[in-house]
Amino acid sequence: MEKEVFIKLENISKTFGPVKANRNINLELRKGEIHALLGENGSGKSTLMNILSGIYSPDGGSIMLDGKQVAFDSPKEAIEAGIGMVHQHFKLVDVLSAQENIIAGQCKGVFINKAKMTESILTICKKYGLTVNPNKKIYNMSVSEKQTVEIIKVLYRGAKVLILDEPTAVLTPQETRVLFEIMRNMKREGCAVVIITHKMNEVMEISDRVTVLRKGESIATIDTSSATPEQLTELMVGKAIDLDLERVQVDPALVKEVLKVENLTVLNGERREAVSNVSFTLSGGEILGVAGIADSGQKELCEAITGMMKIKSGKVVFKGENIVGLSPRDIIKRGVSLSFVPEDRLGMGLVAGMNIIDNVLLKSYQNMPGLFVDRKEGRKKAEEIVQRFDISTPGTNQIVKRLSGGNIQKVLLGREIDLEPELLITAYPVRGLDIGASYNIYDVLNQQKQKGVAVLFIGEDLDVLLGLCDRLMVMHNGKIMDIVDPKKITKDEVGMLMVGRRPEGGELYYD
Amino acid sequence: MSWLNAVELFLQTAVQMGTPLLFGTLGGILSEKVGHLNLGVEGMMLMGAVMGFQVGVLTGNPALAVLAAGLAGMIGALIYAVITITFMGNQVVTGLALTIFGTGFSSFIGAGLSGVSLPENVQASLAAVNIPLLSKIPFFGPIFFQQSLYSLSALVLAVLLYVYLNKTRYGLNMRMVGENPSAAEASGINATLYKYVHILAGGFCCGLGGAFLTLVFVPRWQDNITAGQGWIAVALVIFATWNPLKAIFGAYFFGMLRGLGFKLQSGIPIFGHNVVIPAQILDMLPYIMTIAVLVFITMNKKKENQAPAWLGSPYFREER
Amino acid sequence: MIKVVKKNEASALQANLLRIGSCLAALLAAAMLMSLLGYNPLVVYSEIFKGATGTLYRFQETVNKAIPLVILSLGISVSERMKFSNIGAEGQFYVGALAATFLAFNLPENIPAVVMLPLMMTAAVVAGGLWCLFPAMLKVRFGTSETLVTLMMNYIAIKWVSYLQYGPWKDPKAYGFPKMPKFTENEIIPKVLGIHAGWIIALVLVVLVYLLISKSKLGYEISVLGENEQTAKYVGMNTTKILLIAVLISGGLCGAAGMIQSSAIEKSLTDSMSGGLGFTAIITAWLARLSAPAILVVSFLFAMLLQGSSYLQTALQIPAAAAELLQGIILFFVLASEFFTQYKFVVKKSSKGKGAAV
Repeated sequence: MEKEVFIKLENISKTFGPVKANRNINLELRKGEIHALLGENGSGKSTLMNILSGIYSPDGGSIMLDGKQVAFDSPKEAIEAGIGMVHQHFKLVDVLSAQENIIAGQCKGVFINKAKMTESILTICKKYGLTVNPNKKIYNMSVSEKQTVEIIKVLYRGAKVLILDEPTAVLTPQETRVLFEIMRNMKREGCAVVIITHKMNEVMEISDRVTVLRKGESIATIDTSSATPEQLTELMVGKAIDLDLERVQVDPALVKEVLKVENLTVLNGERREAVSNVSFTLSGGEILGVAGIADSGQKELCEAITGMMKIKSGKVVFKGENIVGLSPRDIIKRGVSLSFVPEDRLGMGLVAGMNIIDNVLLKSYQNMPGLFVDRKEGRKKAEEIVQRFDISTPGTNQIVKRLSGGNIQKVLLGREIDLEPELLITAYPVRGLDIGASYNIYDVLNQQKQKGVAVLFIGEDLDVLLGLCDRLMVMHNGKIMDIVDPKKITKDEVGMLMVGRRPEGGELYYD
Repeated sequence: MSWLNAVELFLQTAVQMGTPLLFGTLGGILSEKVGHLNLGVEGMMLMGAVMGFQVGVLTGNPALAVLAAGLAGMIGALIYAVITITFMGNQVVTGLALTIFGTGFSSFIGAGLSGVSLPENVQASLAAVNIPLLSKIPFFGPIFFQQSLYSLSALVLAVLLYVYLNKTRYGLNMRMVGENPSAAEASGINATLYKYVHILAGGFCCGLGGAFLTLVFVPRWQDNITAGQGWIAVALVIFATWNPLKAIFGAYFFGMLRGLGFKLQSGIPIFGHNVVIPAQILDMLPYIMTIAVLVFITMNKKKENQAPAWLGSPYFREER
Repeated sequence: MIKVVKKNEASALQANLLRIGSCLAALLAAAMLMSLLGYNPLVVYSEIFKGATGTLYRFQETVNKAIPLVILSLGISVSERMKFSNIGAEGQFYVGALAATFLAFNLPENIPAVVMLPLMMTAAVVAGGLWCLFPAMLKVRFGTSETLVTLMMNYIAIKWVSYLQYGPWKDPKAYGFPKMPKFTENEIIPKVLGIHAGWIIALVLVVLVYLLISKSKLGYEISVLGENEQTAKYVGMNTTKILLIAVLISGGLCGAAGMIQSSAIEKSLTDSMSGGLGFTAIITAWLARLSAPAILVVSFLFAMLLQGSSYLQTALQIPAAAAELLQGIILFFVLASEFFTQYKFVVKKSSKGKGAAV
């Protein structure tokens, strides 16, 4: 049965300064369908949906709604046309309650009638199978609760089109299932649901049709039932690629213990235990993966090892020496080769507004003699790194934020590897990169492993973690659930561990 | 005159001295609640002060004088709003520039106004009145309700602003804009419109505050007549933790301190000693207390008491 | 429908041309205003220029005005580079002058100037530095907004000076006038080439601050910290220490400006000796984009405007406040023009309703 066409985007284009984010994109949404928007990072999915929801205004192209041409000059107009979007970075105000966030900009009359509002919110919840406490403040909410508020916000505005931007990135597999159920409920109500994702399994599981974007262009729209993952991947990346990751072999002589963490406990800013009693070892020539849902203590673990966070109790033994209590500078100064490639490259690790030279110097300037920074030496080093890692840039004077995501990552990784570390800690090194750039990074990690470097790899894509790592450590709520052999475990089992459930009667690797 | 009468009279003056501060503070709150730190309060107050007086002298019409004062402050706010909202300019520097501009503007216009006196009828219609019933309340009645309607309007305005902020949908939308304009827009709020409207309204309040000095309190034009009261108002916004009701208390309290400054120069007898507290030391107190409040609210980290999260930052919808 | 669109960021050259263009536009706008008020703008501008540079005396006065502005702007630029918003220069200026005056009034008169002046300078730098350190410590310890605390502390400093002037430090020989005694000869900065030696100090400080920010390790650390605190921590910088040192330098420079002003110009301490220079300096530092050499140029131009306008009153019977009006107008234009380094306006035809019949 062919469903009625609801929205038609034709030849949409959008440019941000030098970046062409959307080029003549076409997309058609029907009533009562779940439509997946599949594409790599940077392929223009979010831009396109931001245009549909009135946040960006397109440079060219047209939007047809029920056969009539419309143009949204603001999100307000898009909302009035029945289009609602749940953004990847939630647009909620922390100090307000769920209810206030939901009704803002929407209520009629001058004064707010709280009781009536609560009632209408609860009605919506019931209809779609959602749960929320309307009076809870956003700052007291978990990620999935916040997402629920965002969804109610859209439904409250009477949306007929719901756009979800990477909704599962912050959810556990179990929470994802609940979300999918809600999406199916909406579909039954005759809404059009758009899910932006780059995860193939989700596309196959939930969507009716899928549109593939690549480098800002719409490549194809197909019925999911007639598509295969291999076909979609090929459309997404442009050529057939080898999905298998290589687990390289290492000279056994290089395998000796580099890092030993014993009973480590770390408190976070709110004096809650972010890492609780964690113990593990890591050897040279090994990649130890860390899996876990967002905020399970991964960041704090990294920062504790590198001396950036105070440790409450426990030991961090690096090559036989307990480095607890040393400042990050002491750790770097002593020549302890411990490199931490942080998760947010421009947020932590690089200085976006400075050029490549100044960024390369960040860790080595301190060892220069005298009071001044020797930028000639910096230039030499920067040129070496640019060449060795094949960074495409007009020159070493280029401001880092003007480079592409992959090249920014290479500057960071290049600087760290140039320091010849014995322990390399890296968190989400491929976040925001396209597949080609991601594989480049995996290759670099494998090379380091072969050289005998111990690698601690905090990742989010379970397929990659299972394919690349020698051992996989699963964290939940600051604790280690288990350290497993990636060759012997399934993704679903890892997912269970991530939400804090151990398989019954299952053999535990860790004890 | 009994001892109680003296206190009553003193507090009556305190309310008068607090009135321009209260207007300025409300103006500051309106601006900061939509996320814009406006350090031009002093400038807008001066613009209002001089224009209110000038129009009062020219027309002899008190209503026109007050309106002109508000509009003058509003024009100052409009310059600030265009630069910081539409052109996304630096808020601190723009505010300072506005204060320089407003000071210059008032001296320029006011150059011919020194020695000129306000028409009798304008003075008379803005003089203190007895509000029926309310002014009969023992002690408090004379303090708060034996005042110029101009003073009273500040009090009423503060209460109205409190209700507006906390009970109406416009207030909710406005708070959302100040906390996170991007979230506000995604909720269907026209953030730019909300910013313009409230910053302009804030400028109007500041203009009224300045003109209270030239039309009621002094009432004459003197160069730089506000003498830093705009800056006290900026402090008061924080002192009151962005809450108009607390601003009433704060403004009258700081007004009382200013009043005390004049009284205490000759010294007051305490336990047989003549204690002299220099006016300058009392003048310092508002700033010291504001710092104390600021430290306190950041120390105890109660989220509801903090400055609007987006305060001071420009907003561009298509920012990625 | 007019839309704002982000464009390729302007190069340094384009940005500077833009700023110069906006200044010209401001002068043009002010000229139109003057014509409306019945003044000939060309005459006004040429009088300002003559007032600032027409005679040797006037030129010296302009330099006198530029000196504190340069040093204050340098001070502000150091903390601003770190994104520590120091709008407390005014207060640090007064506290510096206060500390220097304290020594001047309390040390014996027979100390030679070569000892006395450095002592006064040291006291001023330390006092200004500490006045700026306090808000920095609050920021480090509690996260208190330094913008607001430094602003408040200005008035505490001014009122303090005022208190001393009207009270304990009042000159008993001044027939009841609230003013402090004059400094003695050994407490006054001598003149070099007809202008007090503060100009040499200012020039040396421009070079030193340039070297500090652009060449030294500390300056590099300050810049990294200002751009990205997380990264600074990550590479092992002691961010608290850097912040505190930088604000000490920042406040210290402002304190030094206060000492120079009190010693060389006022030859005493008064509660009105700054006249808002600490705020003007925020603007000049910002206009100069925090670059030390540019601060020298911008401050001098500003001093010309201040000095030149004070002659308008006598020459053309225009109120001296016209200078502040002109300053304000120029600032508004430059502030708004920054927008065009990153964004542009485009006119878009709204396509609404166009295809309604389809």
